Amino acid sequence: MTGAAAHTIETRRRTQLLVGAGLLVGLIILPVLIPSPYWRGLMVLVLLYAGLSQGWNVLGGYCGQISLGHALYFGLGAYTSTLLFTRLGIPPTIGLFAGGALGGAAALLVGWPCFRLSGHYYAIATLVFGLIGLLLVENWDWVGAAEGITIPFRQQSWIDLQFRIAVLPFDYAMLAYAALAWLVAWLVEGSRWGFYWRAVKDDSIASRSLGVRVFPSKMAAAAISGAITGVGGALYAQYIGFIDPPSTFGLSLSVLIALPAVVGGVGTLWGPLLGAAVLIPVQQISIAKLGGAAGGVDLMIYGGLILVLALVRPQGLISLFGIRGAAGDAVVENG
Amino acid sequence: MTASLIIQVAIGGLLMGLIYALVAAGLSLIFGLMNIVNFAHGELLMVAMYAALLLHDHLHVGLLLQLPIVAALLFGVGVAIYRGLISRALGVRFNSGMVQIFITFGLSIFLVGLAQFMFGSDFRTLNDGAISTATVAWGQIVLPVSQIAAGGVCLLAFAALALISRTEFGRALEATREDRDAVALIGIDRDHIFSLGWGIGAATVGIAGVMLASFYYIAPSVGTSFAVIAYITVALGGFGSLLGALVAGLVVGLVEALTALFIDPSLKEIGIFALYVLVLMVRPRGLFGRQ
Repeated sequence: MTGAAAHTIETRRRTQLLVGAGLLVGLIILPVLIPSPYWRGLMVLVLLYAGLSQGWNVLGGYCGQISLGHALYFGLGAYTSTLLFTRLGIPPTIGLFAGGALGGAAALLVGWPCFRLSGHYYAIATLVFGLIGLLLVENWDWVGAAEGITIPFRQQSWIDLQFRIAVLPFDYAMLAYAALAWLVAWLVEGSRWGFYWRAVKDDSIASRSLGVRVFPSKMAAAAISGAITGVGGALYAQYIGFIDPPSTFGLSLSVLIALPAVVGGVGTLWGPLLGAAVLIPVQQISIAKLGGAAGGVDLMIYGGLILVLALVRPQGLISLFGIRGAAGDAVVENG
Repeated sequence: MTASLIIQVAIGGLLMGLIYALVAAGLSLIFGLMNIVNFAHGELLMVAMYAALLLHDHLHVGLLLQLPIVAALLFGVGVAIYRGLISRALGVRFNSGMVQIFITFGLSIFLVGLAQFMFGSDFRTLNDGAISTATVAWGQIVLPVSQIAAGGVCLLAFAALALISRTEFGRALEATREDRDAVALIGIDRDHIFSLGWGIGAATVGIAGVMLASFYYIAPSVGTSFAVIAYITVALGGFGSLLGALVAGLVVGLVEALTALFIDPSLKEIGIFALYVLVLMVRPRGLFGRQ
C-alpha cells in the first residue's frame, strides 16, 4: 500500500467518525422532538436492529460468512440476562455482558464445526444450529419451555433497565447499543482483523497462501458478531418485558437480523443502520395498517420489498450514496 | 412397548421419509444444477398443497387427477421463478451468493403472506373420503392407506427422475452442471436447461405436496418445517445426489419416528439434528456428496 493510499484511508476513516458523531447528536435530540410513543417505539426497534445487524455484518459482511442462525446468540443473550435477573436478582446492566459473553462463546462453538464449510453449506449449518437452540429451549421447563418468561417489574431504575414509561429511556439505551456496535465495526474495519476478513471473503485459498490464518480470522469475527447479538437480545428482553422461544430463537428472527445489513449494504459501515431505517418502519407500519383485517398483506409487502431490493440493488441501498462495500474499496485504494 | 408398535412406527417413519426424500430431491436437483439453494422450497410445497385442496374442494378433482395438474402447475411456477428472478440474480456481479439467498427468502415470505391473505391462517385438511381414513392392518401393525399411497407415488417419482437423468435432456443437465460455460459451445442453451431444471425441481415438490395434502394439515406456514428437513436431508445425502436424497430421506424419516417413540414426540427433530451434526463433523460433504 502506498503512503498516499494509506493517507486517503486515514482521512476517510476520520470523516466516518465525524459523521457518526454528528448523527449521534442528531439521534439524541430526535426523540425529544417526537413526543409520540408510537414513533419513539419505532425508533427503539430501528436502533435495536441497526445494532444487531451491525453485529451480523461483522461476520456476514466483512468476513463473508452468511449466518442464518444468529437468533441463537440473540436468544442466549435474552435468556441469560433474564434468568440472572429473575432467579438471582442480578441487574440486567450486568446481565447483558453475561449475555454478550455467552453469545460470543456460542458463536465460537458453532463456528468450530461450521467454518470448514463454505457458501450455502455454511448457511444451512448455521440455520440448523439456530433451530437446535429453539427446540431445546422450547422443551426445557426450567427456563419456562414454550410459555416463556415474563420479567417482573422491580423498580424504576437504569441499573435494572426498567421504567414505568419505557419508551424514551429505551430510545437512549438502544442508541447507546447501536452506537457501540457501530464503533466496534469502525474499529475492526480498520484493524488487522478487518483486512484479514476481507481477504478471507474475497478468496480464502489465496489469502491462506498469503499468510492469513483463515480459521482464526473467522473465529474472531464470529466471537465479536455473536457477542454484539447477545447484548442486543438482553436489551430486547428488558424492553419487551417478556421472552419466549419463537420471539428470541426463531428462524425468522435470524433472517430479520441479517436483512438490514443485506438491504442497506453488506460489508459496509453504514449499511446496517440504513437498512434498519428503511426495513423496520416498512414492516411495522404495514403490520399496523394491514396486518389485522387483511392478514398477510404485510408479509407480501415485506417479502416483496426484500426480493426487489436484493435484485435491483445487490450492493445495498448505501450504493445510492456512492459508497461501495469494504472489499471493493480496498481493491481500489490498493491499486 | 411391543415389537409390532416399533415396526409400525418404523414403517410410518420410512413412508414419511419418502416424502422428505422427494421434497429434498427437488431442492437437490436445483442446487446440483446451478449451486443455488432455494429458500422458498417449503413454500412451493405449501402452494402445491393448497392447489390440491382447491382442486378437491371446488372442482371435485380426485387424487389421481390432482397429481398431473398440480405437477404441471408447479412446473410452471418453477420456470416462472427461474425466468423472473433467478436468471436475473445469476447476472448480478456483486454478492451474487447473498443475493440468491435473500431473493428466495423474500419470495418465501411473500408466498406465506399471499397464502394468509387468500386462505387465512387456519389449519385446513383435505378429506378425500376413503383414501384419507382407510387403514391396512397386518397382524397388530396398522398403517394408513394415504401414507402408503404417498410413499409409493414418491418412489415412482424417484424412478421417473432417474429415467430423466438417462435421457438426452438428462445428459445435457449433467453437462451443464459440470461446466456451465462450456456447454454453450456445443449448442446447449444454458438458460433453457436451467429453467427446465427449476420446472422439474418444482414439479417434484408438487407431487410430494399432493400426496402430503391427503393426510396432513394445510396452512400457510406448513412449508417451513418441511423445508428445514429438506435442507438437512440434502446436506446429509450430499448436494446434487439423487440417490443421496433418497437414502437420507429414508434415514431422516426413520430417525424422526424412532426419536418420537423412544424419547418424546415434541423432541422428534432433535434426533435428526443430532444426526446432521454428527455427519457434519465426520463427513461434511454428506453421504453421497462429491468433493
